[in-house]
Amino acid sequence: MHPALSVLFLTTLIGAGQGLFLALYTGQLYALAQLLPAQGSGFYVGGSVLALGLLVLGLVASFFHLGRPERAWRTATKWRTSWLSREVIVLPAVMGLVALYGLAHALELTARPWFTLAGILPVDATLVVGLLGTLATFALYGATAMIYASVRFLPEWHSPLTVANFLLLGLASGFLLAAAYSAWLGNELVTFFGFWAVVATGLGLVTRGASLRRLGRIKPKSSPQTAIGIRHRTLVQIAQGATAGSFNTREFFHGASPATLQWVRRLFLMLVFPLPVLLLVVGHALASRWLPLVAFGVQYLGLLLERWSFFAEARHPQNLYYQGVA
Amino acid sequence: MTQLALVIDLNVCVGCHACVTSCKQWNTSGWAGPLADHNPYGAGPTGTFFNRVQTFEVGRFPATETLHFPKSCLHCEEPPCVPVCPTGASYKRPDNGVVLVDYDKCIGCKYCSWSCPYGAREYDELERVMKKCTLCIDRILDLTLPERERKPACVLACPTSARLFGDVHDPDSEVSIAIRERGGYALMPEWGTQPANHYLPRRKARLHIDPDELKRVDNPLRREDLTRYTGEEAVDDVAW
Repeated sequence: MHPALSVLFLTTLIGAGQGLFLALYTGQLYALAQLLPAQGSGFYVGGSVLALGLLVLGLVASFFHLGRPERAWRTATKWRTSWLSREVIVLPAVMGLVALYGLAHALELTARPWFTLAGILPVDATLVVGLLGTLATFALYGATAMIYASVRFLPEWHSPLTVANFLLLGLASGFLLAAAYSAWLGNELVTFFGFWAVVATGLGLVTRGASLRRLGRIKPKSSPQTAIGIRHRTLVQIAQGATAGSFNTREFFHGASPATLQWVRRLFLMLVFPLPVLLLVVGHALASRWLPLVAFGVQYLGLLLERWSFFAEARHPQNLYYQGVA
Repeated sequence: MTQLALVIDLNVCVGCHACVTSCKQWNTSGWAGPLADHNPYGAGPTGTFFNRVQTFEVGRFPATETLHFPKSCLHCEEPPCVPVCPTGASYKRPDNGVVLVDYDKCIGCKYCSWSCPYGAREYDELERVMKKCTLCIDRILDLTLPERERKPACVLACPTSARLFGDVHDPDSEVSIAIRERGGYALMPEWGTQPANHYLPRRKARLHIDPDELKRVDNPLRREDLTRYTGEEAVDDVAW
């Protein structure tokens, strides 16, 4: 498949934005349970603005993938059958809830609980909005990943591992950004966020590694023989029906050499997994303000390459009709 | 229920591309048009087509055979491209089974093309929507045309009558009989898409003659009878 830049940016940016929001809310819950020092509302407002910014940037990137973005509102209509439609519904919901969450903190609604649960837990607006936001965020991770995982013609994507990768890599990126944000503010939460970023990165390595192992074992369901229905071992394409290519030769091929695929794979495995963890640990040892930020940047770059590889390594059965390109 | 479809006879197709050009002409000028071309007279012409003829070589030289393979939307009975469409622009007509795109609803996300294993859909760079074979829906349903012209442009253009058009659900239609009696098959049956379009296989007009048929064991003319008859044998005694 051809990796479209708009989709690479969309999935990585909203993945990080969702992860950052989840990190903030997790931090708030821990603080509520007095496992972490409580933060002022400014911390949550700043974080929510950052998360919202990433989500908005992702949405803007996605518009570049559409031929007719002015009709995008129509995408909300087929949520019964299309995962793309479901994503389009959940993404604005997440953005709205993240904005409300930030707004509730800005208005310092934490000081005005609605009711007290079991006599110990004061429930305020931020807690409820945060919970709804968490549910929506997980739904969005699922919907985004299922857009790819539900395409049964691409066995490289058609696996639960795709969902696990989108979720875990998004969480890793978001928690790492939360760590970078805390470190930049000189906040002690950097250790907490950093720890969970490392855990998510480690789990992501397990699932992404498993999906890479799976890639090598996939046997294509279709062959040139089933594509044109001729039972002969030697079938060579002479003409593709187009002088200088067509949509089919552009959309479904990445145009890169197998060597490029190999080094992209190696590079993203370095940039996403060991390098950010190393930078984070060094940053922690040196109590650095900016090393966690560098770690996030390095991992984000790696995630872009990871998504590129995710697209490029998927081989569509329609390519059997365009053997001259493959 | 009706399911309109094409049946393409690979035994007759000569790869002349008349179906390609007539399809382009009809559809670029009508309801589905324009089918944008990019750089049509330049070095690298490319554009949107509903129908393409590809050529394959089967076997290894000198035992090779050239196969011309016209390829367009197969109007699947279980079209995988339809449910994935987020706007409902892709749909299958309930009355005649033709799979269509509503160009006023399509947002050009290309997701349907990922869900077609045949690569039947082409994105129009100028109109910025997904396009595909309509089976000349604006022609086959046009009652102002004489009945013999209510067929897809490609079918009317084919000089060798390699393309048949009709209802594959009607067991007595020309297409159903062709599929049934001439070994019609569907492409990539492994995906369960149940394409409505079928292809008829290539057949050799080769007569199989058994050596026995050339040389009868009891053929009286097999060998000239050189016996000199001296009256003891009659014609009736010869073994036929």
